[in-house]
Amino acid sequence: MWYLGALVVAVVLNFLLPRLVPGNPVDVIVSSMGSGGVSSGARQKIYEAYMQEFGLNQPLWQQFFSYLGNALHGNLGESFSYYPAPVSGLIGFALPWTLALQIPAILIGWIIGNVIGAIAAYKGGGWDKSVFTGALFLSSMPYYCLSILLLYGLAVGLKWFPVGGSYSLGLSPELTWSFLGDASHYYWLPFLSLVVINIGTQATGMRAMSIYELGSDYVNYSRSLGIGDAKMTRYIFGNAMLPQITGLALSLGTMVGGALVTELVFNYQGMGTLLFNAISSSDYPVIQAVTLIITLAVLLANYVVEVLYGFIDPRIRAAKTGES
Amino acid sequence: MSDTLAPAPDQPKAAGRSALRSLNFTPRFWVSIVLIVLVALFAFVGDMLYPYGSNQRVGSLFDEPTPQHILGTDNFGYDVVALLMASTRNSLYNGLLAGTIATFLGVFIGILAGYIGGWFEEFLMGVTNIVLAIPAIVVLILISVSIQGTNLQFLKGIIGMSLVIGFTSWPWTARSVRAQASSVATREHIDVAKLSGARTFGILLRDVLPYLASYVVMAWVLQVASAILAESTLSMLGLGPSGTASLGVELHWALAFNAVANRAWWAFLPPTAVLTIISFALLYLQSSLDEVFNPRLRRGKKKNLAKAAERRAEAARRLAAEIEAEVAP
Repeated sequence: MWYLGALVVAVVLNFLLPRLVPGNPVDVIVSSMGSGGVSSGARQKIYEAYMQEFGLNQPLWQQFFSYLGNALHGNLGESFSYYPAPVSGLIGFALPWTLALQIPAILIGWIIGNVIGAIAAYKGGGWDKSVFTGALFLSSMPYYCLSILLLYGLAVGLKWFPVGGSYSLGLSPELTWSFLGDASHYYWLPFLSLVVINIGTQATGMRAMSIYELGSDYVNYSRSLGIGDAKMTRYIFGNAMLPQITGLALSLGTMVGGALVTELVFNYQGMGTLLFNAISSSDYPVIQAVTLIITLAVLLANYVVEVLYGFIDPRIRAAKTGES
Repeated sequence: MSDTLAPAPDQPKAAGRSALRSLNFTPRFWVSIVLIVLVALFAFVGDMLYPYGSNQRVGSLFDEPTPQHILGTDNFGYDVVALLMASTRNSLYNGLLAGTIATFLGVFIGILAGYIGGWFEEFLMGVTNIVLAIPAIVVLILISVSIQGTNLQFLKGIIGMSLVIGFTSWPWTARSVRAQASSVATREHIDVAKLSGARTFGILLRDVLPYLASYVVMAWVLQVASAILAESTLSMLGLGPSGTASLGVELHWALAFNAVANRAWWAFLPPTAVLTIISFALLYLQSSLDEVFNPRLRRGKKKNLAKAAERRAEAARRLAAEIEAEVAP
């Protein structure tokens, strides 16, 4: 199973790369907090205490295993810039925002995109051409470019939506109707920009698959046998759906890392903004945690796709039962 | 009979022309080519004609467009048009370099694995699958974060960025090239080449690669596009090349200085538009090449198909006449 190997490599990379940087992050913290009249002796003490705290004075392999053990227990260390806030707490705050944005956007975009793509392939002609060009344009446009355009057009220009943010100033996140109502006001624009891109991607994929199926031998043969149109469309789109279903699982896997910059554009407080802030303050534990979660989600989705394919693709099912 | 034989002398020429015509360059192809050429002209020639340099401070924070500076100034007071030319140029350099490295590595690894097979193939594909399963953006973020902390100035610039992107984005090309190379490797002409004593690399170059050429070209176009996008994504996250302009860096600063909320459209719309045009043109080009190389995707143009069928029928008739004429005496 490649995923196990990939997991090991990813975890090692995740651990090792930020640690190759000369000059360690404790320097950054100490120098930032010690700017006001602290004696150099006291600073040295603080430095050593932090080195002990973060385990940076241990040999590398030991650091790796303690990192691994902690990560398995869901302990991702403490943030450097919000010390002593635990990283898992920061992630626990940011992740729900990202999921609430991405899951509906992916599902709705997937459904609408597939319907449009299938219709375009089936109808052909001018309809197909315009849908294809439009969908290709949307799916090839960098997703954050659309975000910027929507933000400028709908929020700054037409003032339909607030310009960035996740909820109004002065409120704090809680599960009350008034808060959810306020947050939904901020939610629409990032949601819209992701849905539109998803529709474009899915429609181009579905169109290509459907055209491929429409031109295949079994379709021509069935047509020559005089099988009705309704039955044929069911066959064709049933087959064309196969890769689309795996595509859905894959995009659900990439959702954590898929909208990093969109969140940034809208100043929406999900994983993207968290990562951005961590990068600008060299907050390595947070960067590592975000990349680790993105990797885990993608690997899990890949694995699920492989299992799922065994169930839904009769060819693979047949091959498996034939072997064993 | 002598009538149909008459055009025989110029037949090679006609065949060449019809070969080109059978490639069927669609309007889609020409639209994307024109867009790419326009962007390249803007980036490379426009720079020579435009009076201001990209590192010349001509104003202050987000000056509005004036007749002298038709797109105003950015957050640092640089002329946006001049900056846009430099950014586009750097982004194109990055895309070409990274895309070429990634395509070369992918084709090299894929073709070796597919042709040689055995444990070698298993090993190479194992590595490929592992790299493929790890999301590219994660690897790029981690490497860029590490590079930013080092003193290696060379790696922090646009070239370092291209190297990082190029050396991390080859796996999917390698995987598809391997699948095709291993199917080509079982064909008979490979056996002939082997029997005639050709070297392995000669075979790979002369007998395997040409069969993959159309795919390699398309993969290259995709790699260039995705490298440009990868660069701008990283730059917007704050991991961009330091000290140089690029489309992503320009957007990063525009967002950092709240250009959108300040209605400074000239600071963020131009790089957004150029990025969209480049990415759209390259993907459009790729899909049109797909149609050129893969006739199954071609549709709609019944008139052209009928014409082509007529041409083929005409050629067949001519050939038959020729053979008849040779056999008859």
